[in-house]
Amino acid sequence: MEIKAEGILKKYIPLAVFALVMIPLPFFISNYEAKILVFVGINAILAMGLCLLMGYAGQISLGHAAFYGIGAYASAILTTRYEMSVWLGFLAAITLSALVALLIGIPSLRLKGHYLAMATLGFGEIMYVFFVETDVLTNGPGGIVSIPPISLGRFTLITAQHYYYFVWGIAVLLLAVSINIIYSRVGRALRALHGSEIAAQAMGVNTAKYKIQVFVLSAVYAGIAGSLYAHFVNFINPSPFNLTFSIILVFIVVLGGTGRIWGALVGAFVLTLLPEYLRVFQEYNLIIYALILILVMIFMPQGLVPGIADLVGWIRFRGQQST
Amino acid sequence: MQLSQILQFIISGLTIGSVYGFTALGFTIIFNATGIINFAQGEFVMLGGLIAAYFYKILNLPLFFACVGSIVLVMIIGAIFERLAIYPRRNASVITLIIITIGGSMFLKGSAMHILGEDPVALPAFSGEKSLAFFGAAIQPQAIWVIAITLTSVILLWIFYNNTILGKAMRASSDNKEAARIVGINVSRLTLYSFAFSAAVGAVGGVVITPIILAVFSMGGMIGLKGFAAAIVGGLGNPIGSVMGGLVLGVLESLSVGVISSGYKDAISLLILLLVLFIRPGGFFGSAKGQKIEP
Repeated sequence: MEIKAEGILKKYIPLAVFALVMIPLPFFISNYEAKILVFVGINAILAMGLCLLMGYAGQISLGHAAFYGIGAYASAILTTRYEMSVWLGFLAAITLSALVALLIGIPSLRLKGHYLAMATLGFGEIMYVFFVETDVLTNGPGGIVSIPPISLGRFTLITAQHYYYFVWGIAVLLLAVSINIIYSRVGRALRALHGSEIAAQAMGVNTAKYKIQVFVLSAVYAGIAGSLYAHFVNFINPSPFNLTFSIILVFIVVLGGTGRIWGALVGAFVLTLLPEYLRVFQEYNLIIYALILILVMIFMPQGLVPGIADLVGWIRFRGQQST
Repeated sequence: MQLSQILQFIISGLTIGSVYGFTALGFTIIFNATGIINFAQGEFVMLGGLIAAYFYKILNLPLFFACVGSIVLVMIIGAIFERLAIYPRRNASVITLIIITIGGSMFLKGSAMHILGEDPVALPAFSGEKSLAFFGAAIQPQAIWVIAITLTSVILLWIFYNNTILGKAMRASSDNKEAARIVGINVSRLTLYSFAFSAAVGAVGGVVITPIILAVFSMGGMIGLKGFAAAIVGGLGNPIGSVMGGLVLGVLESLSVGVISSGYKDAISLLILLLVLFIRPGGFFGSAKGQKIEP
């Protein structure tokens, strides 16, 4: 039996510190900045799910925007056309994302490397075509409007600050769940399977089961994010759920550091805030993104979090040497 | 559907299928020499068409020189891409290389958009616009060019891989890199050649198809994906299979437009990709190879 007390401290202290920083933040920033941070939160949820899949289980998904879209459309359609409660819509978003992930995951996760990447890419594109073309359900490019906001009992979330706390509350919760998984038997099984699937199987790890479970979990994270997005922006159309966004998500996970769950958060912050500061270069967005992607992959392939940690270690080492 | 309608669909399917085949050839060439899947392959096709149109329209080069010049330029771009983006991390993991080539494709697409503009452009048909009648269906002369050039390329490639030293070296390198090195083959140089070569092949596809479907900076993504689907259908690594796969995919996609609404056209090709990946990832035209067990 592990000594639990020390484990709990190590696991959750960074989380507590993070929460302490985030809680007072809305009082010091403008409405617009709060709104941006809500998007950071939504992207962080997406990135965390994907990070569990890519970083820990070592799989890849180039179509994750599809699950984001499934969650968003499920919530949107049920709460507008069928006038169901937001919470039912939420539940439907989660269930539907999980089911589709199961459906796609079972045949896909037998594939490896490039083949898996292409299969997920193809799936993502198929879902995008579906969102655009099946307008009896999704209203096509016109999108769905007047999606109701979230209400907790008699309190309705209206302002950016309300959504800030709600979204980040969920994000922190999901972060805690992720950390829990990572430090558990499941997490070790995932890392074993990432290291070498054959070896893991030889040691009795049911790799197929874990791969599918983590894939479904990452889809559920994305579905939750989609639901939150729909209710926050009150309008959705197919355009955020395309291949470009799937790639941005992969980029977020990889930038922050593929094997680090905090990397997903760092990546979400950097890549959601960056376009705001690059607004001057609006047109060159794509090229700059692409260049950063390539340069990071070439020079810091492990991502920012490990890369900067290494850099700090190196500076301290040099500091020691000179004394 | 009448026979002439079906024939029409088949002809247009073979035409667009040839472009998928060229793209698939590009994937196969790089994969054969290096084991890498180049996600930027579709962009080479796009650049071929777009640059040729630019040479023809803006620089007023004669059509032949515009096309050949474009192919040469794209070949150089492919080589530069390999040296700058792939070579530094050539031993990296699959995911890293995938992301690098994705970044490359975004970069090429964004650059094309800025330098060459956002509007679709056309090239004139190589030998006139008048359609020929063929059993009730109409064939554009350009379509005949496309199919003819495709078949010629396949024959040339077959000769290349079987009868030239470089071609044999590429096959050797794809079989076993270490063994190839031991025999004195410069594998890293081969990677460079294969990127340049596959960029050129992609550009040929782009150039011949632009008179029929206009070239635009955003066309690379879908063409790349369908080209990959074609390569998988034909058996990744098999040049003839790649072209056959492209033709099959093109015809299936074209026929499906006749049956279902054209908006779903892209989804059909992708569905075929998924089905092939799930059921027979080895493809239909190649021999089934076992899967290597990586340590």
